[in-house]
Amino acid sequence: MSEKLYLDEPEIELEEVYCRPTEALYDVPFHYCPGCGHSVVHRLLMEVVEELGIQEETIGVAPVGCSVFAYHYMNVDMQEAAHGRASAVATGIKRVLPDKYVFSYQGDGDLAAIGTAETIHTVNRGENILMVFINNGIYGMTGGQMAPTTLPGQVTSTSPYGRDVSLVGSPLKMTELVANLPGAYYVTRQSVHNPNAVRKLKKALTKSFQYQKLKKGTCFVEVVSNCPSGWKMTPVESIKYIEEHMFPYYPVGDIKVPKE
Amino acid sequence: MIKGNVTIDGKICKGCELCIIACPQDALALSSHFNDKGYRYVELIHNVCTGCTNCALVCPEAAITVYRQVKQAKKEKVSTE
Repeated sequence: MSEKLYLDEPEIELEEVYCRPTEALYDVPFHYCPGCGHSVVHRLLMEVVEELGIQEETIGVAPVGCSVFAYHYMNVDMQEAAHGRASAVATGIKRVLPDKYVFSYQGDGDLAAIGTAETIHTVNRGENILMVFINNGIYGMTGGQMAPTTLPGQVTSTSPYGRDVSLVGSPLKMTELVANLPGAYYVTRQSVHNPNAVRKLKKALTKSFQYQKLKKGTCFVEVVSNCPSGWKMTPVESIKYIEEHMFPYYPVGDIKVPKE
Repeated sequence: MIKGNVTIDGKICKGCELCIIACPQDALALSSHFNDKGYRYVELIHNVCTGCTNCALVCPEAAITVYRQVKQAKKEKVSTE
């Protein structure tokens, strides 16, 4: 039927509705594993920067982890930080250049493990930065070890019998933790597991960049992501794992929204 | 039905199949060919694309460009101007 439609109307006019960001994202292939959520968030951040027209005024801080090479892909001013200290470095940049849009991009090993103190104090001080937190519940870069955000019973290379809560404690809900601090202005948890979630995440990132201009406090966006290599799954299985196991523990939604 | 089309950059596609499960029309599938990196890349196999951009949104490699039929109202507006 569709072929017939084409034959009847050979001159259907098509317009481009979606393409890779050309200005803000370098034209190089990502180094991430197939199906990784990191590259989706990279692309969305750069789409938002491009749409808001703030490419010249944006400064990003790259973490240590899988996304350590974020500056290879993002065509904005970038700074590499020591492990876990991206929010502290972003604080310094924002204080010296208060008119710039500053964001830090960190994974769970960086933000929730070694950088817990920096994260909590940055949000507590209410620095006007955007913190993007990629939560995939595992240390991806070093070979799939247990992270503070690993789910109870989840098998990793350092918890081969599943995470034992009585021994190593419960997963750290960093987003709920920082939402209680007075310096937090907008705290939300989003996901990248399906097209709708990606649309919502883009809206949240756009809002966070816009709130930065108001100078009211820290915007904190957690992204529940997947790690097919670390979880030893195919990308499609990892998406199912997010829906079945991650969401009951890390429910998606706004946790702290500004009072209108 | 609205017509659309997608072009997939087979050179950077890693064959993660996330676009295949995101496509409501089941129009995408893995190719039987391999790219330079050794991945089976994704191709459009049925001409039923509606240009919904779902595949492009979930594509981790940002390899998909989506085209959609120009809306009739928009076309008339342009022609009257």
